[in-house]
Amino acid sequence: MVALEAPLAARRVGLLRRWGVSPAQLALAVLIVAFLTAFLIVPVSRVMVAAFEGPTGFTLVHFGDFFRTSLFLESFFNSLYVAVGAVVLASLLAVPCAYFLARFDFKGAGLIQALGVVPLVMPPFVGAVAMQLIFGRNGTVNLLLNDWFGFRIPFMEGLNGVIFVEALHYFPFILLNLSASLANIDSSMEESAQNLGARGWTLFRRIVFPLAMPGYVAGAALVFVKVFDDLGTPLLLSQTNLLAPQAYLRITSVGLNDPMGYVISAILVAFSLMAMAASGLITRGRDYATQQRGGGGLARRPLVGWRKTVAWSFIILVVVLSLSPHVGILLLSFATVWSFSPLPDAFTIKHYATVFADSAHMMGNTLLYCGLAATIDVVLGVSIAYLVARTRLPGRRLLDGLVMASLAVPGLVLGIGILRTYYGVELPGGVPLATFWGMLVIGYAIRRLPYALRACDAALKQVHESLEEAAENLGAGKLTALRRIVVPLITGGMLAGFVTSFATAAVELSETLLLVTRDVDAPISYGIYVYMQSPAGRGPGAALGVIAVIVVALGAWFSHRIAERERLRRGRGGTA
Amino acid sequence: MSGTSGVDVERVTFGYGATPVLDDVSLEIAAGEFFAFLGPSGSGKTTLLRLIAGFGTPTTGRIRVGARDITDLPPWSRNVGMVFQNYALWPHMTVAENVAFGLEMRKVGRAERDKRVAEALAMVGLDALAARRPAQLSGGQQQRVALARTLVIQPEVLLLDEPLSNLDAKLRVEMRAELVSLQRKTGLTTIYVTHDQEEANATAHRMAVLDGGRIQQVGAPLELYDRPANRFVAGFLGAANLLEGELAGSTFRHSSGLTFDLAEGSAQARPILMVRPQNLVLAPAPSGMGVIRHREHLGAVLRYAIDAGGARLVAECPYRAGEPVYGEGDRVALSVRPGGGALLPA
Repeated sequence: MVALEAPLAARRVGLLRRWGVSPAQLALAVLIVAFLTAFLIVPVSRVMVAAFEGPTGFTLVHFGDFFRTSLFLESFFNSLYVAVGAVVLASLLAVPCAYFLARFDFKGAGLIQALGVVPLVMPPFVGAVAMQLIFGRNGTVNLLLNDWFGFRIPFMEGLNGVIFVEALHYFPFILLNLSASLANIDSSMEESAQNLGARGWTLFRRIVFPLAMPGYVAGAALVFVKVFDDLGTPLLLSQTNLLAPQAYLRITSVGLNDPMGYVISAILVAFSLMAMAASGLITRGRDYATQQRGGGGLARRPLVGWRKTVAWSFIILVVVLSLSPHVGILLLSFATVWSFSPLPDAFTIKHYATVFADSAHMMGNTLLYCGLAATIDVVLGVSIAYLVARTRLPGRRLLDGLVMASLAVPGLVLGIGILRTYYGVELPGGVPLATFWGMLVIGYAIRRLPYALRACDAALKQVHESLEEAAENLGAGKLTALRRIVVPLITGGMLAGFVTSFATAAVELSETLLLVTRDVDAPISYGIYVYMQSPAGRGPGAALGVIAVIVVALGAWFSHRIAERERLRRGRGGTA
Repeated sequence: MSGTSGVDVERVTFGYGATPVLDDVSLEIAAGEFFAFLGPSGSGKTTLLRLIAGFGTPTTGRIRVGARDITDLPPWSRNVGMVFQNYALWPHMTVAENVAFGLEMRKVGRAERDKRVAEALAMVGLDALAARRPAQLSGGQQQRVALARTLVIQPEVLLLDEPLSNLDAKLRVEMRAELVSLQRKTGLTTIYVTHDQEEANATAHRMAVLDGGRIQQVGAPLELYDRPANRFVAGFLGAANLLEGELAGSTFRHSSGLTFDLAEGSAQARPILMVRPQNLVLAPAPSGMGVIRHREHLGAVLRYAIDAGGARLVAECPYRAGEPVYGEGDRVALSVRPGGGALLPA
């Protein structure tokens, strides 16, 4: 026995050394893999299997049924129409803004930069009802138009309403990505083209556009996926003939064993994957930013004459549009009655009183769930980033890739997967594990992990390995080096990751709708949805919405401040 | 500084795949010696330095500092101070905090710590900048902080990984002189990794030339320059004429018919003759074997490219009054200054 064990132990030490890991790190890696397996791989796989599983094994019957049912077929094309429409409308809003920002020197630049953030702090489903009241058939704008000019514009009719609300929320994704691409174009690229005789439209078409395209494509693909998968906005606008609402309705009304919910889930995942793959293919090998030294963007010109008027008019229009959900929800939260009139009849604070009296527990739940989920994300994010960057553990890149692949899993699909996997598992009290509030925390954490991982990874990349080695060289053990050198240097990134996870989880609706079964477990987002269902609940719903937006906005501001402070602290500007 | 030690590297091999990064490397570095690892990139010199610091464990072989075998010790228990190529100063700590870190790890009391930090900073001339952060310092100042941070722990051995590579040319020469005077003053065993033979020559008592993970030769700079062990060392340390030929007694004969009378013989029948350009002597001779192909005037030196019956040679002659100056096409007789040729194995 002894003779056998010795070489085995030696081999084990040899492997650990070859992988460059300590036993503790290896244990951590195993735990992470187990967590991701239990709450990402297994649930998603079970959804996929259910879509292709018949009584006798593999079958495509469910897909056949899906495409033979006119309701589903209609939903499928409606979803495509809405997603493509939202991309087009978002592009129309974002591309000119990005171009103005990159090309011209003018005072509106700050306003455009604010446009990159303002819409994102309020999820589209929160503003949807308020948008009906402003842009609907009998909303503020159309009432005024009708009074003055005798016509109405169908902003919010049917699917167009979904497109309008989604585009106004998601156009910053295109604006931010495209702006980053434009800012990375080395000014010498443009200058050398001008030097060789290109100008105006030719310069734009041959040089500026191709160089900026990767950013545009990345942003557009993101918008497509987000809109295609969205559940809350169509539900609140009563547009149920779309894929995500259909899946939700099948699972919650027909039951967990109805295959259609799974077929739709598989289609949602497939389209997410296709959009991401297409964006990857188109931008592959075109990461121009990293090949250039300077960046600095295009040469800026002053904006004068009629161009100035046009640019300003456009920007003000976009600002007004993108602020309208915020203004609408704020008005609604203070409105006594707001119906068939341009503005509410009178104002009151009773909705806030109602919300604080009846739904204070939801705020507590949101703080608890999102705080826990964000903590899980940061711990996992730092651990995974560290294992990838600092060890030679086999499969470590696969781990990173697996986390990033969860970007392609819509919240709806993960929620359905968790229900299917853990509904049959009962907790001691007889509550199914799937509807235990802890599962919602885990669901939130899983879907936000990619963002947290990238934030932690980016922070860790700033910490050159030699900084740790220098500490070890001066007598610090691995843990001390981690505590004294690495952690202080990545705190900013970790906090940014935490805040992002927290803020986005606070307004998540898809998983929330699927996994919350009892009012006592409900977070704010669930409350907003339920209140908004009835005309009487709109006021309190809006009040909850305002509270949620304040939480998210504070979070965004806070993380921005941290990032700023971090940069100052490290740069030359900082003083001891 | 008390207790500096020698370093003994014994048959160290290191690497993962099929081609080892270090292949059976042995070295003995004496206490108090300034020793350079010289080699091109990929030669394994930095890897060897990192093994001495404990970043990586040799596949086989032992490393000792003084009488202590440190092969299996983690980096933090070695007391071998290393200055990193990028300095690795911690951006979130002030200069003083950076320097104090190693003393903190050694549980040195606050009063003693402050005193030693101040001394170390004074030694590198940065006492006025103790409260700054690394990002507020110039490259040269950062280098000094890194040095102070390492010296303050009184290591047994000082390791310098390409310490001057991030500095501009003028600063590099200044810092080089400072490093040497610091080392001579402290007597601390110092290992210096560089790819620049001039740096190694200017600083080291002895050096090891590495290539392809193997030590090619160990010795004093002049010794290696004059008596390289092989073609690689000959070429890496400076310009060299290398001629293959036969040796009869002390007469070397190249296939072109060119012959040189050397002061020494060799056991090898077909050695390689290495002559540094300044040891090749030219004399005006209308029937000489050499033909001047090209002339470059470098200031104090004239450099000639010479064709001698198919062999291409380079000669460098001092440019001074009274010496002949040759033009293109001139014929010259060639000889080797006494003791100026070295015979290498083929």
